[in-house]
Amino acid sequence: MSRSRLTAGLVAGTAAALVLSACGGSDPLSSGGGDGDTIVVGSQDYYSNEIVAEIYAQALEAEGHDVDRQLRIGQREAYVPELESGDIDLFPEYTGPLLQYWEPKTKARLTDEVYTALEDATPDGLRVLDQADATDQDSYVVTRQFAEKWDLRTIADLAKVTEPLTLGANSEAENRPNGPKGLQDAYGVKADFAPIEDGGGPLTVKALKDDDVQLAIIYTADPSIKKNDLVSLEDPEGLFLASHVVPVASDDVDDDAAAVIDEVSAAMTTDALVDLNQRSVDEKLPAEKIAADWLAAQGLD
Amino acid sequence: MSTFLDALAWILDPSSWGGSQGIAVRVAQHLAITVAAVLLAAVPAVPLGVLIGHTRRGRGVVVALAGAVRAVPTLGLLTLLALLLGVGVWAPLLALVALAVPSLLAGAYAGVESADPEAVDAARAMGMSERQIVRHVELPLGAGVLVGGFRAATLQVVATATLAAYTSDTGLGRYLFSGLKSRDYTLMLGGAILVALLALVLDRLLAVAQGRATGLARRTAADSRLGA
Repeated sequence: MSRSRLTAGLVAGTAAALVLSACGGSDPLSSGGGDGDTIVVGSQDYYSNEIVAEIYAQALEAEGHDVDRQLRIGQREAYVPELESGDIDLFPEYTGPLLQYWEPKTKARLTDEVYTALEDATPDGLRVLDQADATDQDSYVVTRQFAEKWDLRTIADLAKVTEPLTLGANSEAENRPNGPKGLQDAYGVKADFAPIEDGGGPLTVKALKDDDVQLAIIYTADPSIKKNDLVSLEDPEGLFLASHVVPVASDDVDDDAAAVIDEVSAAMTTDALVDLNQRSVDEKLPAEKIAADWLAAQGLD
Repeated sequence: MSTFLDALAWILDPSSWGGSQGIAVRVAQHLAITVAAVLLAAVPAVPLGVLIGHTRRGRGVVVALAGAVRAVPTLGLLTLLALLLGVGVWAPLLALVALAVPSLLAGAYAGVESADPEAVDAARAMGMSERQIVRHVELPLGAGVLVGGFRAATLQVVATATLAAYTSDTGLGRYLFSGLKSRDYTLMLGGAILVALLALVLDRLLAVAQGRATGLARRTAADSRLGA
């Protein structure tokens, strides 16, 4: 008897708490929508994305804008509806994947065509600001030594290599368009395949350095590229979907604020993004500190 | 359920078996790396186990060490070895050797130890050398347990040999890794079923061997009683 009463009490109490919290303006995002003064900045649940969002936020604050941070929200399925409804005003995104989210059937793959298509695909009430030079996408990497030996800059240059080539990557790449098949079709480059199942991690880097593989698939913004003196090859044929850092903004971001963010994007190169990521991975610094240091170095604080 | 049926259909499809990526080649590779790992592990583990079982010395230390090795996660060890040795088949092979050692060691010393002390004393009283005692009394009497160690080690290694595909294009593990990353669950399940079947077949074969070895132990015991 007393036990069931206790249970009933708990249920009622919990329900009341839920109702109260719902009434009490617990929706943390409601303050931003429609309120032209405060800019709500969001980020993905991805350390690199959080740093970029923090940079946007601090750059805006430095110019006297009010900012509300809603960082580490989750993945695209979770936050894009919040953007579309106007609850979030500014979000660092990536051109290719965002375009594919809005237009799954798109054929655009290269930097400029992806950006143009993305401008068209962006729903009313939102717009994409200038894309940064920085990319965060899969890429073919080689060691600097190998790149210099054969004078490699783009993937197409691999045709000059007369030694047999082996590509090391997760096993699914063997049958994907960006594996040996795509390399053959798009660039006419023949390569064998060696599965290494650590997603471009330390074993892949080791295999590159040991010359067990000459090519590997690693993210352009991965700090291990710089740390191990590796080189990302350019991809003029768009084997990998172009994925530049791009801010998505609501109408609450006025021209003045947009100019601030455009300045940030203009300064953000892939090298800069790698440095930011490296400080997070190696020095374990919080995003606010990394962002503040970078803005100060750019003279944007 | 339909994934399971698809996986069975994939295994039964003759076109899945041929070629350098086919089931036949991969089963052979899987079997080869399993046998190689168990035999390589037996080289140090069995003589050491016999020595410990016979002398009854150093057991505490070795059992503790073997227990510690058992606790080492094989994937972690494999990654560490691959960082030292580079990618290829050596790192997973050595990791599998480390996995097999404790079972083989335990089988060897427990087998030798299980020999009836009276039989051992009798052999010693008859003037047998220590080497002869090991060979003609303790090993035959403990053969069933010793083979049991091989059986346990083989079962662990054949199941874990899927990790060979982590750093090299070897064995049935490749179906699991490719299937997982590309969400081809039919392929993954098919690979898993093949590993399970291979494990069952090996276990049955070794169970028969263990039965024979135990029979040998019984006959040896009976002989020694007759002799005594």
